[in-house]
Amino acid sequence: MNIIVCVKQIPNPEIPPDKFRIDPEAKKVIPPEGIPPVISPYDERAVELAIRLKEKNGGKITVLTVGDPSSMSVVKHALSMGADDGVILSDQAFEGSDSFGIAYILTKAIQKIGSFDLILCGRQAADWDEGLVGSIIAESLTLPLVSLVKAVDIIEKGLKVTRVTLEAYQVFAVSTPAVLTVSQEVGRPRLPSGWGIIAAARKQVPVWNAKDISADLSQIGGVAARRKMIKLFIPERERKCEIIGGETTAEMATQLANRLTEVGAI
Amino acid sequence: MANYQGVLVCCEVIDGQITTTTKELLNIGRRLCDELSQPLSTLIIGTHLRETANETIGLGAEKVYVINGSSLSEPHPDVYVAILTELSHQIGPSIILFGHTDIGREVAPRLAARLKTTVVMDCTDLSIDLHTKKLLQTKPVYGGNAVAVWVSEMYEQQVVTLRPKTVGPAERETSRKGDIITLNVAIDDSMIRSKLLETVKEEVKGVKLEEAKVIVAGGGGIGGGEGFELLGELAKVLGGTVGVTRVPCDEGWMPVSLEIGQTGHIVNPKLYIAIGISGALQHMAGCSGSKWIVAINKDPEAHIFKEADFGVIGDYRNVLRQFIDECRALRK
Repeated sequence: MNIIVCVKQIPNPEIPPDKFRIDPEAKKVIPPEGIPPVISPYDERAVELAIRLKEKNGGKITVLTVGDPSSMSVVKHALSMGADDGVILSDQAFEGSDSFGIAYILTKAIQKIGSFDLILCGRQAADWDEGLVGSIIAESLTLPLVSLVKAVDIIEKGLKVTRVTLEAYQVFAVSTPAVLTVSQEVGRPRLPSGWGIIAAARKQVPVWNAKDISADLSQIGGVAARRKMIKLFIPERERKCEIIGGETTAEMATQLANRLTEVGAI
Repeated sequence: MANYQGVLVCCEVIDGQITTTTKELLNIGRRLCDELSQPLSTLIIGTHLRETANETIGLGAEKVYVINGSSLSEPHPDVYVAILTELSHQIGPSIILFGHTDIGREVAPRLAARLKTTVVMDCTDLSIDLHTKKLLQTKPVYGGNAVAVWVSEMYEQQVVTLRPKTVGPAERETSRKGDIITLNVAIDDSMIRSKLLETVKEEVKGVKLEEAKVIVAGGGGIGGGEGFELLGELAKVLGGTVGVTRVPCDEGWMPVSLEIGQTGHIVNPKLYIAIGISGALQHMAGCSGSKWIVAINKDPEAHIFKEADFGVIGDYRNVLRQFIDECRALRK
């Protein structure tokens, strides 16, 4: 089974809120100093799912990312986990693309690769939290899509896919090729092994530009963006916390019950 | 269709009842239509939906499109995408509104792709720019660290999902009048790319998270499954229920179906007691609408203290044992 996994490099989403900075004029997020960017956590789980499927059924995993040359680190991370190949899609013409533009670039790269059984994406990127790219790729390639996936089993005529819902789950049968967007319920991604890191370091990762994937320039970049951000701001935190005092935790508990009664919360 | 106008609310019906999220969409949809002086329509898919159709009229819809079909009782994203694509061309709404729900999350992006238009997911506010009459779409980004406002100038149709519980439900007025239009859409196999084998719903013991007045929530600081028994005891005394953050789900201490946050349940109880929770914004996105937030955490630097009304710094086990006794005494 040949699997393509689309990944994205993002600022570390675990940074404490008081270290998060934006430039409201430029409407951009300022990457935190001294905290390196990471592979989006949902994408990392998509890589994990791909590796598990490969371990059971064989095949090849190719990782794709759209970004500047620094995105090499997320491709290498996926390779060190156990992916086979990586490609970076990088071109000045790609800059400013929205989700439709990114999905278009990935679709063109997937078409260039040509042969695949499965495309995996994270359910959403943990920066802009959109959850669009996987769905748009499925629509562009007229493929079956299951979103928010937590488990995949290979069955006779394709795949049995479990989708997370608010109240539990749904099970779908799809034929391949198909597109799946992966949710965190897939489980923890493995840590790269020492050998995996060495092997990944040795691997050549080609960079493809707009011409390499025969991209139509009217579909990508800022000019093709279907919407415009007119404002970016950091929301005010409205609550002011009253710390409950007391000599012992028991005293604090009593005081908490008193205060909650006074304000009518209990 | 040259003249796109109005808002189309895509309704969700569960066990014959329209969902609270749908009522919230009708509330905001009505507000947008009043500002635009354009009609509000609803789309209801399923079986025997006349009563539901009338209810959405009472809640503010002027036109109701009903699509009947016994094969439609179980929502299938492929079918919804196909029906909505067809209908959006036919009736030409300028704004197509979904809840950011299981079905909305999947259908909205695919519909936008098919309509070759734009979409903004998980909005927490929608309003009309007074000068341009364009839709302003406000959405938290970076897990809630920042908020962005978008406008789509070039498109006459656009798709939006609204986060549940960001506005109240629409109020029903029985005097309202509207038209019900029943449509027959042929469902053929070419529409369906995946086969839905089963939908499993976990039985909820006690109160549903969305309806709870009190939620006792635990995070990584609880340290294991057994610690949640104490939280359950407190929830029972207060007539509430237990929720969790991402960590207890990842660790396998508690079921994922109890997760509160950006990718789980969105709740707004009267009282939210956050125990051993660091206060990651992705979690706060699911509970920041609570009236009162109490934080119990042994780390005085935890971000949760910036998100809470009351804070107790200490070991949760000791605090809770006493607090449960106090609450029991108060209930008597």
